[in-house]
Amino acid sequence: MNSSFFMGAVRDIVDATRRLSLVGTLGWQDVRARYRRSSVGAFWLTISMGVVIGTIGIVFGQIFKSPMEQFLPFLAIGLILWNFISTVITEGCTGFIAAEAIIKQLAIPLPVHILRMVWRNLIILAHNIVIFPIVLVVMQKPLNWVAFLSIPGLALVVLNLIWGALLMSTICARYRDIPQIITSALQIVFYLTPIMWLPHLLPQRAGAYIVDANPFYHLIEIVRAPLLGEAPQLESWLVSLVMCVLGWLVTLTFYGRYRRRVAYWL
Amino acid sequence: MASVDFEHVSVEFPIYNASARSLKKRLFQVATGGQLNADQNGRVVVRALEDLTFSLRDGDRVGLLGHNGAGKSTLLRLLSGVYEPSAGRANVRGEIGSLIDISFGIDPEATGRENIHLRGALLGVPKDEIKERMEEIIEYSELGDFVDMPVRTYSAGMHLRLAFSVSTVIRPQILLMDEWLSVGDEGFRHKAEQRMNELVESTNILVLASHSKELVRHVCNRLIWLEHGRVKMDGATDEVGAAYFKD
Repeated sequence: MNSSFFMGAVRDIVDATRRLSLVGTLGWQDVRARYRRSSVGAFWLTISMGVVIGTIGIVFGQIFKSPMEQFLPFLAIGLILWNFISTVITEGCTGFIAAEAIIKQLAIPLPVHILRMVWRNLIILAHNIVIFPIVLVVMQKPLNWVAFLSIPGLALVVLNLIWGALLMSTICARYRDIPQIITSALQIVFYLTPIMWLPHLLPQRAGAYIVDANPFYHLIEIVRAPLLGEAPQLESWLVSLVMCVLGWLVTLTFYGRYRRRVAYWL
Repeated sequence: MASVDFEHVSVEFPIYNASARSLKKRLFQVATGGQLNADQNGRVVVRALEDLTFSLRDGDRVGLLGHNGAGKSTLLRLLSGVYEPSAGRANVRGEIGSLIDISFGIDPEATGRENIHLRGALLGVPKDEIKERMEEIIEYSELGDFVDMPVRTYSAGMHLRLAFSVSTVIRPQILLMDEWLSVGDEGFRHKAEQRMNELVESTNILVLASHSKELVRHVCNRLIWLEHGRVKMDGATDEVGAAYFKD
């Protein structure tokens, strides 16, 4: 029984990857909807993020007494990545709920709706990431070759987010309270993760708990560290990889078991 | 080689925020709707389809008849793969083309051309095929320069022409329709009839839900009469048609 659920889920994912052009079309359509009749369109998000980064950077940089050229790029990339990760998780909870109309109308493999949401957020990430080079130029901080490591890092983050979104979408299609819980939890995680504060500012023992045990820290690190000029700790890569493998195993089993019920739950 | 085999298929929807207590008093058959019931946990369920057993083979042109809420649309959706049966086994083999709602997914802010891409993608038409046939689709729709205007500027008829032109490029083995597509003004309707006939001729199995006596007599060679989610009659058009339309 278990293996047939698993195989059913795998088949769905494979079918979804065959409809990638549909994913692309729908994701772009979502983003283009923000451009319609708007002068700047999706870049409004970028502008507001830029303002937030500038303000927090200046104020908190003074409070923490951190050198601006270290703090500002750290903050910028951290906020941009957190925005991406938290939005994907939040929208991941309502992934199937939001696609209710299309799910009940057309027999499209369910993972397509998750991939569409991830693709849409990747496009928006591409808009927001524009801030980072600007910050680097302003702080006169160069990039080195290590920065390319951030690409496989981002790929691993996205793989993790996809299983998370698929799992959460399935659960939340049935239990409508969970998206609220996740939103609150994410707010807490934001403060527990070194995004607005540099990790070395934490006293040693507290640091071990809050930073090392925090999976989000590791996910962000594998993309952030190379862009700040350092290769990420091996620990971060390992945590992210293990999370990916275990997460996919759990998700494929769970999603496989309940995927036939999703259309009934909506 | 397409085929459909249903064995004791049921579709039961759990209703999560209906109060089981108040509805228990009113569990009776009414003129419309599926069957309201309560399952073992006292949860309200709607049994849209119950114990359907039938087979369809190449050449079957099936009309679905029944009162409102009998289960025709649910059956079409089950055939298209949107729902998997909550009981029984449904085996549908062959490429499915669903013309149940040809306007679905159209983005009013996007242009006609962009919507052709969108509808095509939703229908499962490969991207290069849409590109190849783009001019042909636009020419067929006779929308002219309007195809580069946002669809929200179209009239209802133009909207339907666009939807029709792009939705009927598919040539599936199993074609599903909820009512016949008859769109457009006098001039367009002739073209549309012709294309619909071409489309139906090219498929292996047709399943069409309808309320029209003339239509099912004209198009279908087999009729399935659904009532409150169960098959009441399943047979040749003349036989079932005479029984159904007499009432």
